[in-house]
Amino acid sequence: RTVEPLEYYRRFLKENCRPDGRELGEFRTTTVNIGKCLYGIIVTGEVLLISGSITTADGSALVKLGNTTVICGVKAELAAPAADSANKGYIVPNVELPSLCAERFRSGPPGEEAQAASQFIADVIENSQMIVKEDLCIASGKLAWVLYCDIICLDYDGNLLDASVFALLAALKNVQLPLVTINEETGLSEVNLKQKNPLIIRKHPVATSFAVFDDTLLIVDPTAEEEDLATGTVTIVTDEEGRLCSVHKPGGSPLTGAKLQDCISRAITRHKEVKKLIDKVIKSITPK
Amino acid sequence: PGDTSVLAGLYGPAEAKVSKELPDRAALEVLLRPKVGLPGVMERSREQLLRQTCEAVVLGVLHPRTAITLVLQVLSDAGSLLSCCLNAACMALLDAGLPLTALFCGVTCALQPDGTILLDPTARQEQEARAILTFAIASSERKVLMANTKGSCSVEEMQQCLAAAQRAADTVFQFYRDSVRRRYSK
Repeated sequence: RTVEPLEYYRRFLKENCRPDGRELGEFRTTTVNIGKCLYGIIVTGEVLLISGSITTADGSALVKLGNTTVICGVKAELAAPAADSANKGYIVPNVELPSLCAERFRSGPPGEEAQAASQFIADVIENSQMIVKEDLCIASGKLAWVLYCDIICLDYDGNLLDASVFALLAALKNVQLPLVTINEETGLSEVNLKQKNPLIIRKHPVATSFAVFDDTLLIVDPTAEEEDLATGTVTIVTDEEGRLCSVHKPGGSPLTGAKLQDCISRAITRHKEVKKLIDKVIKSITPK
Repeated sequence: PGDTSVLAGLYGPAEAKVSKELPDRAALEVLLRPKVGLPGVMERSREQLLRQTCEAVVLGVLHPRTAITLVLQVLSDAGSLLSCCLNAACMALLDAGLPLTALFCGVTCALQPDGTILLDPTARQEQEARAILTFAIASSERKVLMANTKGSCSVEEMQQCLAAAQRAADTVFQFYRDSVRRRYSK
């Protein structure tokens, strides 16, 4: 396995399965952790849900996809909107891959992978119109919300993009924004911490990643080892209407249109499963 | 295409730094410099797209422990920037004489609000479009080497854009052939 990893993998792939026992189209066990309070564990087939997370953030979620662990914290702050888009707020995603998550990431300025992932998440938010920036505006031209979404990987075992998108979605669902009113006379803003409204999320994008082996074989949810050996990767983000929010295929072996179509169909199926999962978690943590 | 222009410079295969060299293949590096300002996160993600696209076609195993550096400078941006960069990169690889398994070309499709597909959109058309899809099409069997989408579209629309891009790729490859012929026929 260490000396000839590719050959080792090829032997498994010929039998249509993978070293960790999964089939080519099988996802790893997904775990989601949302919110501030500790709840029990919900098991649904291959998906585990646990609640409990960061108390200093306005919304947070922890997602485990097999061994890949990603945590997302959302902090909401107030700022003046930009001059050219006076009625839009901001969402600033930031993906961090600290050196503790995998030995190939060094400490220091964010590497290319982290920056590319941050850009990808920003594109997904923008493309899917998950959060409409106009909803974040409190008073046109004067005050708007800025949502800083920090996505940090705690353990990197492949498939970072899927886990990050999932964590972001779950964390945003958890965010409660206090009501802010502007005092007409003083022009100052008053934050009412007692009254909180959940964030309006319009679409629920879900990412599905595939690794391409030897130009023909497609496997779903690759681990870090599989990613290194793969000749290419494809990530498809779909929303609930079956529309494509993003097709991200950064180079790698060429695929025919039919193969790409196959990926898309699988991504749509996966979306339904993940949506069910998130809905279940949300229902369980909102007793009010 | 149009007013968008990108200057590509390729250096290599050259000696690689010990920290960057790979034992069995060439280490490819892509640097994208925008027209104004310092390279930011957007440039990094574009560099990653370009790098992995080039890595798929360049036969790195023929030049182990070397570094190939591709520098792209944006001279002007009037739409379809990513596919312009892709085309510039491919021509630079061709011009340098690096061994390639296939040629690739970049094609951008804009999906307009009324459903029509527009190839190689200008900056204004890009803004008005519902979705912009950029594909890198390989010369062998017109397979998809790289795909990047901005905005959302339905699956059928994506397939239509892909088919249109593959047809357009033929024109671009013909242009490559003509340019190379002109260069070497003097």
